[in-house]
Amino acid sequence: MTDTKRNDVILLLVVAFFALFAPIILNPFPSDGPLAQFNAGYPDLMQRFVIYGIFAIGFNILFGLTGYLSFGHAAFLGVGSYSAVWMFKLLSMNIIPAIVLGVLISGLFALVIGFISLRRSGIYFSILTLAFAQMSYNLAYSVFTPITNGETGLQILLSDPRILDAPTGTAQPVTSLFGLEMRDTFLAFEYLGRDFQFTYGYYVCAIILLISFYISMRIFRSPFGTMLRAVKTNQNRLSYTGVNTRPYTLTAFVISGMYAGLAGALLACMDPLAGAERMQWTASGEVVLMTILGGAGTLLGPVLGAGFIKYFENILSRINDNVLEAWFAFMPDGMSDFFVVIVHPFVGKGWHLTLGLMFMAVVIFLPGGLMDGAKRIIDWVSGKNRASKRGAKAPAPAE
Amino acid sequence: MRILEVQNVNKRFGGLQALNNVNLNVNKGDVHAIIGPNGAGKSTLLNCFVGRLEPDTGSVMFDGQSLLGKKPHQINQTGVSRVFQTPEIFTDLTVLENVMIPAFAKRDGAYKLNPFARVAQESEIRDAAEEVLRDLGMADKRNQIASEMSRGDKRRLEMAMCLVQEPKLLLLDEPTAGMSRSDTNNTIDLLKHIGETRGITKVVIEHDMHVVFSLADTISVLAQGTVIVEDKPENIKGHPKVREAYLGEAQV
Ligand SMILES: Nc1ncnc2c1ncn2[C@@H]1O[C@H](COP(=O)(O)OP(=O)(O)OP(=O)(O)O)[C@@H](O)[C@H]1O
Ligand SMILES: [Mg+2]
Repeated sequence: MTDTKRNDVILLLVVAFFALFAPIILNPFPSDGPLAQFNAGYPDLMQRFVIYGIFAIGFNILFGLTGYLSFGHAAFLGVGSYSAVWMFKLLSMNIIPAIVLGVLISGLFALVIGFISLRRSGIYFSILTLAFAQMSYNLAYSVFTPITNGETGLQILLSDPRILDAPTGTAQPVTSLFGLEMRDTFLAFEYLGRDFQFTYGYYVCAIILLISFYISMRIFRSPFGTMLRAVKTNQNRLSYTGVNTRPYTLTAFVISGMYAGLAGALLACMDPLAGAERMQWTASGEVVLMTILGGAGTLLGPVLGAGFIKYFENILSRINDNVLEAWFAFMPDGMSDFFVVIVHPFVGKGWHLTLGLMFMAVVIFLPGGLMDGAKRIIDWVSGKNRASKRGAKAPAPAE
Repeated sequence: MRILEVQNVNKRFGGLQALNNVNLNVNKGDVHAIIGPNGAGKSTLLNCFVGRLEPDTGSVMFDGQSLLGKKPHQINQTGVSRVFQTPEIFTDLTVLENVMIPAFAKRDGAYKLNPFARVAQESEIRDAAEEVLRDLGMADKRNQIASEMSRGDKRRLEMAMCLVQEPKLLLLDEPTAGMSRSDTNNTIDLLKHIGETRGITKVVIEHDMHVVFSLADTISVLAQGTVIVEDKPENIKGHPKVREAYLGEAQV
């Protein structure tokens, strides 16, 4: 048991290390070199890794622990964004009230949607959540346009009332944390041809990710989390054991909805704009993919899955034919054309194809996701080490 | 003293009168066996005790309160635990976790939001779970995943999950069905051991007469939804009504 605790502390420190040094770690290639497009250490992309990581951590509390597969969590992401932008418009450009309101309102939404959807389980639950999310998406374009500003999306305007810090002058207001502007770079330097850039925005997101990860870890290790895993395994036994399963699943649903709202609010904090496309079913599906790809029910898996998908989405989609031609330029003419044609469908606009194939490969060969793969590698390496150590000390006993 | 009183319980499934004015009285501390031919309504009756089914009419009183209209988890909270015919356990979790969950349910009630408590620090709960596991001879299996155990061990685990709650009434539906002779004897020993150490009232549905006559203090014979006899084992043997009900199906 104390072993678990020590491992948890190590895991938390590892996550903290990667989160804090991501701007360096994710920039391994010289910025004018041929591999520069594989760098991911720029603020905009890193923020997306972290924010979608938070989204997936929350989703995993519902899906990974209780097994209830929601296909509508993007609705809460959208609600979080809209609430945050409204806070910017009405109260202040400070991100704290925006985040708080985003989390609260999405939690309320989750309470209502969860209360109704959790009357059913399995595929019927999934369909109900999907229906609710699609309803929210469509309403955002129609009935709720006064709140959502329809297709244009909700934006910050100079004419906004903003009670606490009304706009002065004509400069477009920017989001900040007590004066620290989110988009501000507080440190930038070049080292060995690599450009490193540190913004407040990324570090706000990274710290919130760490807190979110820690809370999720505590939930996993609590009696409450044990009950949620029991719900997944055998709900019938649980009710004949004196446990009322409904409030447990509803709490998990609301918590994961609040995580989604937090992620949505952070998206708005980094770029104060909210549109209904954030609520579309494809966005709900994406968080399912992230969680399964990384490893549902594991602590780290969802974060890895989110990073993996967002990385390939951004990197692959930016590789166009010019880039490919540059890569294959060293080959004889006909051959390089041939390779460009072969690779073309998998990159640029075709990045979904690559991602789909990778997803299939992971699900087929690593049913437990990337975490399953990592575990197998660790087992393999440590097993090999043990075997070689034993071999060195004494002749291996015949087993 | 009576702990369970069942009066005039009726249950219909469409055109089938599964339970017909059933009366049953279980004394505190007894092992009360329910026997009867297939389809007599034994499982239906048990389901009426735990909230899986609701009787059409009649009353079920447990320890002075009515069980009717209560949900399964509420009935469990009053002190009734049930072992199923095929063991219902948490297959993905470890043996220890399986036993700790009912202990949490007993201490914390039907719902408790404690996301920042640590399971690792719940030494009281863990000690209680480990003690029951030791008592049932499963202490060395506590870190195994439940799905990887033998059928006999799964039944034993389910029994441990019920016992850790220290129920007042334990209901068992055919605890030895499909078991080998030696597993059956182990189960008899286990139930006797539980009886000696804990004195929990038990209601056992059983087809195996060897099990019934080794354990029961009282036997109710159910046939076509009606209790035809309720008496001590020695009076049940060779009772003409019982013979008639079984029609030579078993040698009673
Ligand atoms: N949910 C149900 N719906 C319809 N009929 C049912 C239902 N449950 C039981 N029955 C019927 O009620 C009758 C009694 O069934 P029950 O399972 O109580 O018998 P039993 O005495 O437990 O038999 P066995 O010894 O075979 O387990 C049977 O004819 C059965 O088919
Ligand atoms: Mg039966």
